[in-house]
Amino acid sequence: MSETVIELRNVTKTFGSVTSNDHVSMKIEKGEILALLGENGSGKTSLMNMLSGIYFPDEGEIILNGKPVVIRDPRDAYELGIGMVHQHFKLVDVFTASENMILGIDPKAKLDRRKIAAQIKEICDKYGFVIDPDKKVYDMSVSEKQTLEIVKVLYRGADILILDEPTAVLTPQETERLFDVVRNMKKNGKTVIIITHKLHEVLSISDRVAILRRGQYIGTVNTSEATESSLTEMMVGKKVELNIERPVADKKPLLLEVRNLNCINPEGLQVLKDINFDVYGGEILGIAGISGSGQKELLESIAGLQRNEKGSSIIYYQPHSRDESIDGDQLVGKSPREIRDLGIRLSFVPEDRLGMGLVGSMGMTENMMLKDYRSNGHIFTDVKKPRQLAEKIKDELEVVTPGISTPVKNLSGGNVQKVLVGREIAASPTVLMTAYVVRGLDINTSYTIYHLLNEQKKKGSAVIFVGEDLDVMVALCDRIIVLCDGRINGVLEYKPDGDNKDFNKGNIGLMMTKIDYRDTADGGKKDE
Amino acid sequence: MSDNSAVKDPFIRVVKRGDMKSGPKICIRIGSVVVSLIVCGILINVITGLNPVAVYVTMFKGAFGSTRRSFATIREMMMLACVAIGLAPAFKMKFWNIGAEGQILIGGIVSAGCMINLNMLPTFPLLIIMFATSAAAGALWALLPAVFKAKWNTNETLFTLMMNYVAIQLTSFFVSKWENPKGSNTVGIINSNTQAGWFPEIFGQKYTLNIILVVTLAILMWVYLKYTKHGYEIAVVGDSENTARYAGISVSKVIIRTMLLSGAVCGIAGFLAVSGASHTISTSTAGGRGFTAIIVAWLAKFNSFYMLLIALLLAFLGSGATEIASKCKLNDYASDMIIGIILFFILASEFFINYRLVFRKHAKEEA
Repeated sequence: MSETVIELRNVTKTFGSVTSNDHVSMKIEKGEILALLGENGSGKTSLMNMLSGIYFPDEGEIILNGKPVVIRDPRDAYELGIGMVHQHFKLVDVFTASENMILGIDPKAKLDRRKIAAQIKEICDKYGFVIDPDKKVYDMSVSEKQTLEIVKVLYRGADILILDEPTAVLTPQETERLFDVVRNMKKNGKTVIIITHKLHEVLSISDRVAILRRGQYIGTVNTSEATESSLTEMMVGKKVELNIERPVADKKPLLLEVRNLNCINPEGLQVLKDINFDVYGGEILGIAGISGSGQKELLESIAGLQRNEKGSSIIYYQPHSRDESIDGDQLVGKSPREIRDLGIRLSFVPEDRLGMGLVGSMGMTENMMLKDYRSNGHIFTDVKKPRQLAEKIKDELEVVTPGISTPVKNLSGGNVQKVLVGREIAASPTVLMTAYVVRGLDINTSYTIYHLLNEQKKKGSAVIFVGEDLDVMVALCDRIIVLCDGRINGVLEYKPDGDNKDFNKGNIGLMMTKIDYRDTADGGKKDE
Repeated sequence: MSDNSAVKDPFIRVVKRGDMKSGPKICIRIGSVVVSLIVCGILINVITGLNPVAVYVTMFKGAFGSTRRSFATIREMMMLACVAIGLAPAFKMKFWNIGAEGQILIGGIVSAGCMINLNMLPTFPLLIIMFATSAAAGALWALLPAVFKAKWNTNETLFTLMMNYVAIQLTSFFVSKWENPKGSNTVGIINSNTQAGWFPEIFGQKYTLNIILVVTLAILMWVYLKYTKHGYEIAVVGDSENTARYAGISVSKVIIRTMLLSGAVCGIAGFLAVSGASHTISTSTAGGRGFTAIIVAWLAKFNSFYMLLIALLLAFLGSGATEIASKCKLNDYASDMIIGIILFFILASEFFINYRLVFRKHAKEEA
């Protein structure tokens, strides 16, 4: 059993001044499921990219079945039986499954659809996949695309499969299905390496866990001897408190009232359908759903960045004005600037940090003034206050940057996010919207951010938290709205002193996929 | 274990550099110009057998050999710099304004029109009117593609490019309308006896006003892009329109405003060309400077002062190269070749600033 299939010796890779992998030496055994664990930026993906031929190591050797090999490009890797499923799928949207399969293998080969379909079926039957060879990629769900990627790698004869964060885009149910397939692959003698940073998945699927920290190899342990906290300690380098608190706010003023929100995107698809919900201060409202279920459009509608259909309404009530029964402000149809001019303090941490929340080519200082650079009365920009704010955020959130004038696009993902979240919170918002706020962040930073969100909640702000890690959402949120295909498919509420049996991720996962909940939650409405 | 000669490491790999200090950066850039001059010299020597040093001396003489030549070179430099200053805000906003050529021509037509029809006015008011109207004309010429881009997201590259041809046709029309003497199909030197609407001599030099105008524009544009709210908005829109919308910036307003400015400065360049240089108008008044200035603006990374320097380099190369073409009996294309080689090296130096090459180690150090 313990026959070494791949051995890495002193593998080093640097990008400019950043050392991504620092003399990594490790062994991978034949027929095992190895979890490669590490925080973001610890070098997991770049290490595996060197096995799959995307990168070439600066130093060190790769030894496959006892022989040193040189992998210059993905084709070399395939010839050696190494295949990788990347986090960002590399599929051609307008091609069918079978067309994608043979893409780039043999330019002279004829496209024999029937033969390919038969081969796909054979692979699917062997491992328990379900795939339609003639389906176009753009018609596929994320999990179907992933299945296709895995089948593609198997079709090309890989014996060693590398899966990069395969569960990031899946529902809990889909994840279970994927793990069944992975176990089948192991049974058939394949070696599987799973890159991940989710501890419970590591514990449930892998045989051994190899841990990287800041580009360095820390060690490999048998999964049976590991626990969540022991793995975290190896991963982070110190003990980390893995508890998320859920404080209870005493006042919960109504801040936002969303009614009949409809949105049709430029392609003519209805991405939000009859959305109704309320947002209260002093609570964290979670929004769950498979990515692309309308989360982005929902937040952007509130932020004034979406065109909404007639009849859509988002009313904002100033926290103090409700008692005096003053009418709220209609946000639909207003631009972000008009909303701000009404004195509404709305903060928004968008999913696309550098493409929407920040200006990548500018330094921290200039990014600080993005939203209120107009506030002074003359034609010149005022950099004094933004500079002070930049310094403050740099110190308080421990942003690692050569200086506050370094373009933020040169910072690592976690630091970019700290800059963005820092700015949005510094505006002392009444409503704080965040989309995938901890994506790509290390554990420490993630918990810092959960803490910051809780601070906002305690101050009486409403926090709208669009998330993907359901474990975190269940621990952090007071209410969770589950979106499916642009509709609200269900709402779960955490009762501080009640029965919270239904407040779990299994339920959320079911609501995320349309089948079960569509009829019950929505059936009545359809008849009207 | 030892026979790894079958598959070899790649011979050369490109590796990204970390941030480079500005000292080495400048050295690399200056070095690239020097290397390009050496390469040109070798090439000239191989092809023609001429002494490259002599060729470069001729070049320098061609550019600055006499007052008249210095005048021509500096005038050309100011002209190029002016267009580049006009293009800078548009390109910084990632609006691909390929229409400077047309905007220059329109500014030139209006200037010439003023010179012909308002020649009874005293010099100073006439120059002010010419300045203002040519700027307005250039702005209008740029407004059209900007509005279409802002409202319907049309492709500004094609639009501004096509506007150039319309401007050329318009110029032909006015040339035939104003032709002097009749039948020559040229406008001739306008107001050659009264010199109305010509740039006056200041401090005894004919090109002083060109310098004053362009340097003022350079400073103003530098301040505008770097320190004003408008400049900030241009930079945000140029980086990401989504971020601009997120920040509450009206993207279409910024596009239209910036293009008005860009077109206006290019129109002023037309005024410089007609009133401050040729004192006539023809379809070749812009003479490709609208395109050359794009190189100037980009190489300078939209910094006005670098633009002046690069414009000087190109103007020097232009007039020097023409000189060697005639003096050393080289073909006209020889000058284009030299400019091409030098530009190629300057651009290549940017690659070496961002990346370095790693060669395969010859002998693997194995015990």
